[in-house]
Amino acid sequence: MSMAISTIISNTLFLGMVAGIPLFGALKKVRVYETFVEGAKGGFDVAIRIIPYLVAMIVAIGMLRASGALDALSLLMAPLLKHIGMPAPVLPLALMRPFSGSASNAILVELIKQFGANSFIAKVASTMMGSTETTFYVVVVYFGAVNIQRSRHAIPAGLVADCVGVLASVFFCHLFFH
Amino acid sequence: MLNVIWLGLILLAVIFGIINGTTSAVVASVTTSAKFGFEIALGLTGILAFWLGLLKIAEEAGLVSLLARVLRPLMTRLFPDVPAEHPAMGAMLLNMAANMLGLTNAATPFGLRAMEELEKLNPFPGTATNAMCTFLAINTSSVQLIPTTAIAYLAAGGATHPTAIIATSLLATSCSTIAAVIAVKFFQRLPFFAIKANGEAQ
Repeated sequence: MSMAISTIISNTLFLGMVAGIPLFGALKKVRVYETFVEGAKGGFDVAIRIIPYLVAMIVAIGMLRASGALDALSLLMAPLLKHIGMPAPVLPLALMRPFSGSASNAILVELIKQFGANSFIAKVASTMMGSTETTFYVVVVYFGAVNIQRSRHAIPAGLVADCVGVLASVFFCHLFFH
Repeated sequence: MLNVIWLGLILLAVIFGIINGTTSAVVASVTTSAKFGFEIALGLTGILAFWLGLLKIAEEAGLVSLLARVLRPLMTRLFPDVPAEHPAMGAMLLNMAANMLGLTNAATPFGLRAMEELEKLNPFPGTATNAMCTFLAINTSSVQLIPTTAIAYLAAGGATHPTAIIATSLLATSCSTIAAVIAVKFFQRLPFFAIKANGEAQ
């Protein structure tokens, strides 16, 4: 039921933009079709521009995932987790999240299957997914689109945000669900 | 920064590949990941074209500058280096709005358009400006109001109240966004991240 409502809301928003923007344009006497095509032409250039940046980062992340380094890091960090009240099975998700959206989605699905959708772990993991981003993907794509190689403080700030998102998820889940 | 991170990721992968005995998997991942990277860019093309087309209509109709005018006090504080009337402001706002509403497909094209506008203000091509870093930090902090994907997974897994995580996500994501803004504004003052006279930087 609640699922249906959130689908209805997001579909309404989506179609509202898809139909609303051209309608508003037409009311403002914009030649909507010509203008759309002119704007859309830029899409291909942007996609081509980000390819080298995406390939560079996705290969490095893919290698790291395949090597099992993140699992080793999880084991290493596990003793620290007790102090902050973070369930150990959630750690791989927190570590993977800044690097890969598809991999962290897969971990979330696995956690839900393993511990149950009503478990505390599933709630913490879902909250984490909702409050963090794939920092490296965003940085690479956005900077790649304008050929920026020197990213300065963007990544450290993004990682601080991810850490705070993870810790806040643990904190608020304890507050609400424990 | 990216030089160090990129090299670090690759070296870590090789070292752990040897320790864990996963070298074959690491080798195989190079080819599949390279292909995957290209496929992502290719897959983005159509979506980018569509939303950039809609964005152009919104720009021509004055919708973008209208939005920028309404939220001007907030935007000039977050991005003091960007002139209040600059088109980058409207594009960044559209990106953040799309992110908040969970319209990820639209958020990326709007964000890339914003980056192109910010690049026009960049005195040193190839080096990120403070405004770009602030924009990216807000983006990477996730500002989504309703975590639709996570709710969908919980619902599919048979959760009794999958929407229960809306409150916790909203609180956690607010914390992470505030942290992102504080962190980015703090880091930009550090000499380590400063831009040298010739445009070089970390």
